[in-house]
Amino acid sequence: MSAGIDLQNVSCDFGSFRAVDNANVAIKPGEFFSFLGPSGCGKTTILRMISGFIEPTQGTIRIGDKDMKGQRPNQRPTALIFQNLALFPLMPIWENISFGLEVRGVDKATRRAKAQALLEMVDLPGAADKMVSQLSGGQKQRVAIARALAVEPKVMLLDEPLSALDLKLRQHMRAELRAIQKRTGVTFIYITHDQGEALAMSDRVGVMSQGRIQQVADPREIYNNPVNGFVASFVGENNIFAGSVNNASGGMAGFDTALGPFRARLGELAKGNNIKLYVRPEHTVLSETQAAENSVPVTVSEVSFEGAFIAVHGQTATGQTIVAEVRNDGSATVPEIGAARFAHFNAAHASILPDTTVVA
Amino acid sequence: MSNMIRRYGASLTLLICLLTAFWLLMLVIVPNITLLESSFRPYLPVTEIGGPKDIYTVANYMKVFNGAIEVSPFGFTFQIPVHVLTFSLTLFYSVVVTLICFALAYPLAYFMAKILSARSLPTMFLLLFVPLWVSEVLRAFAWWMILALKGPLSWVLLQLHLIDHEVRWIVGYNGVMIGLVYTYVLFMIFPVYNAISSLDSNQIEAAEDLGAPWWRIHWRIVLPHAKPGIASGAVMVFMLSAGSLLVPSILGSTTSQWFTQTVQQWMLDALDWNTAAAYAFLLLLMCTLFVSLVMKIFRVKLSDIAN
Amino acid sequence: MHKLRQTLARVYAGAFIFYMLLPLVIMSAAAFNNTDKIPAIVPWKGATTKWFAALWADDRMWHAFQNTIFVALAVALISVIVGTAAAILINSVSGNLRAALYGTMISTILIPGAVIGISTMIMWTKIGNGLGSDFILFNPGLHLSVLGQVSYIAAIVMLLVLARLQSFDQGLEEAALDLGASHAQVMRRILLPHLYPAIGAGAAVSFFQSIENFNVTQFTRGGADTLTIYVFSKVRSGISPTINALAFLLIVVTLAMAVLYEIKRRRTASVEAAREAEARHAAALEEAVI
Repeated sequence: MSAGIDLQNVSCDFGSFRAVDNANVAIKPGEFFSFLGPSGCGKTTILRMISGFIEPTQGTIRIGDKDMKGQRPNQRPTALIFQNLALFPLMPIWENISFGLEVRGVDKATRRAKAQALLEMVDLPGAADKMVSQLSGGQKQRVAIARALAVEPKVMLLDEPLSALDLKLRQHMRAELRAIQKRTGVTFIYITHDQGEALAMSDRVGVMSQGRIQQVADPREIYNNPVNGFVASFVGENNIFAGSVNNASGGMAGFDTALGPFRARLGELAKGNNIKLYVRPEHTVLSETQAAENSVPVTVSEVSFEGAFIAVHGQTATGQTIVAEVRNDGSATVPEIGAARFAHFNAAHASILPDTTVVA
Repeated sequence: MSNMIRRYGASLTLLICLLTAFWLLMLVIVPNITLLESSFRPYLPVTEIGGPKDIYTVANYMKVFNGAIEVSPFGFTFQIPVHVLTFSLTLFYSVVVTLICFALAYPLAYFMAKILSARSLPTMFLLLFVPLWVSEVLRAFAWWMILALKGPLSWVLLQLHLIDHEVRWIVGYNGVMIGLVYTYVLFMIFPVYNAISSLDSNQIEAAEDLGAPWWRIHWRIVLPHAKPGIASGAVMVFMLSAGSLLVPSILGSTTSQWFTQTVQQWMLDALDWNTAAAYAFLLLLMCTLFVSLVMKIFRVKLSDIAN
Repeated sequence: MHKLRQTLARVYAGAFIFYMLLPLVIMSAAAFNNTDKIPAIVPWKGATTKWFAALWADDRMWHAFQNTIFVALAVALISVIVGTAAAILINSVSGNLRAALYGTMISTILIPGAVIGISTMIMWTKIGNGLGSDFILFNPGLHLSVLGQVSYIAAIVMLLVLARLQSFDQGLEEAALDLGASHAQVMRRILLPHLYPAIGAGAAVSFFQSIENFNVTQFTRGGADTLTIYVFSKVRSGISPTINALAFLLIVVTLAMAVLYEIKRRRTASVEAAREAEARHAAALEEAVI
């Protein structure tokens, strides 16, 4: 049983500082939704508003169509996984997990059985009587999840739960969290600053900056069709060209830059002065001959081996560096430093976007 | 306040505030105000309370100046009111006790903080704590026994032929001072120990390395760092000594009188609570002035003194 | 540090310990000396336990002992409740209010006991007179001793609990609330358990501080005895080595409790260390698997 969450015109002020500005989003029941953004963007504030620790200054929060105004945290159908987990150090694991049931007056035997069942679901069958200090980081994570699931919440809220883990464990836990979410069907709201995490785990992602939601879409859409420069830069690498639009028709436009004219898709919000052209390194190709359009002569300045791919940096006549990524599968020959090449891209892969963060 | 209600709920917050208010108001603030107020009222039989004679007056405080006696310290003879003399001597000897306690405690505190191994430390603490937990009255009594005319101290010294007949040790304020030092020296050790142990040993080693002799290291490096601890210890020892009733009563002689004993006489012998209140307030004043003085000299704040 | 000075320091420490403990040893030894009346260890007239028997038979002593225990229990109970509440309050406020509250609480430790005793007496009897009531609370007696002692002992408890509060993770309270606990449940199951070590220590300290209190009790007791009063009056009037017997017993009890405390402390420390080792082991396993 899970519920959807509706944020309507939600804002939150701390004195004169606006932490969240007019947030609007409808999260579907059973969805894995991530709020993604740098620190200070307001995602933690949104989470705390949904869980009830902060009241919004403006706007309405609905969980399952019920207005949550005035509802204290212990009255809401949400369960929060804290960043530092906040497991109770003085209780054994099974009591930690069944705490939510204990405060609802469930009897001891039932609680113990439920805790055991949840421990098996998170793959920690023998841990019931251990103390928190005996567990490793990954094990504690799973206990925290079990504890939250025990109260059968309609919404699970996760506050950067993997940030304290090291890399390999983090990747392992990503898969586990996703599996648990699919298995239980509970709506997950996940906040993180790690775009790899957000893109890998979520059904949809809400990218935030400076208190405003920039874009809400599924991971592919966010990556391939960002609405502005902030989103484009946050979720991946870009080659960026400054310039101005000269000719717009049918979703494409001509773009005049210091390196010559380009053609690219025109973003919906690309109005005004501060617009740039964004194309990703993996869509930038180096060849020995000039292409029909969107082609810039470069001199190879650096070649760096990044594991799964090789990044080739080329310097243009104007001094700008363009990065092209080549897959490390032996299919393409890697140019030498100092070689002359042409960097070009397909117009369909490039976007003209506003550089400042503009609300959709 | 509002974040307390958010954190604990309204009824718990109320309970917490009520309990604290009960303590601070009913057990601390109001009694002291009552004390002050009573000290300005004359001692009247019950029927006359609230009547025409019940006015505010400083008469109780002026009683300090009654009954002059003659004293001859250092060859100068002059008249001084008895209670003023008692007050002054209490103040004087409390300061002396504080200084002696410091002299005794400092080397030990330094030893425990810097020389003693960490393994032996808990044992050391245990050994020091035991006398602390033994009641004050018993500690005073122990010295009463030792210093008695025919007691063990005299006996040992006689055996060693250092004296040829028993000496009356408890004469003047000697007994009181010995008793006070023994009873309260521990209160100087712990704050000074805490202060010294927060000093980075590297500083001492650096000073040695630069060629400083040991006394200069203490004077310029250890002592200044230990200032808050010393102030804290000095305040505790002084307050306890000046306010002590047990030790001066048990170890006092015919020629010693401690100010607290005077207060006790007013309260329990003469049953004049109002004058007792006035004298008690003078005692409180003495202690407060001393604390302020120490805080000024050592430049520490009240918060540093909480041990 | 120069080796000579180190040795000197050790000698000094040894001498100091000797200085601290010798009077207690002498006092205890006199409990076994078969003298006539005055407690002494010289001259030594043979060992005996007759003074312990005399102590056992001393009714006034038992009465005083009983009173002492009752007072100490009452003081411990009230001080712990009030001190814990005060610590929670102080922890939740800040700025000038906090400084003022803290200063008032700490000042109670510095007020001479005589002043506390007198002010307590005067206030409660005045209230009684003002209300025209003869209720026991408003007359001198051990109940006033309890109140007087609580006034400064609660501050000691407050300090202990406050120190423990600083190490409390407020996130635990939020987690409990989020899971649906009421405020009372959070207090009972999350905050107070964390504070129990400090509360326990506070109760113990209160108990012992109360037992050995003299000044406050002397001015408020209105005729009733506690052990310290009893010993004091005996020293002043009619001394006999039964006091030494009492002293010896008290010292032995104190020592026993100190040793017990140390044993318990070491045991808890080793359990904690074992648990942490297990966690590290589990973490290493985890890394290897992944």
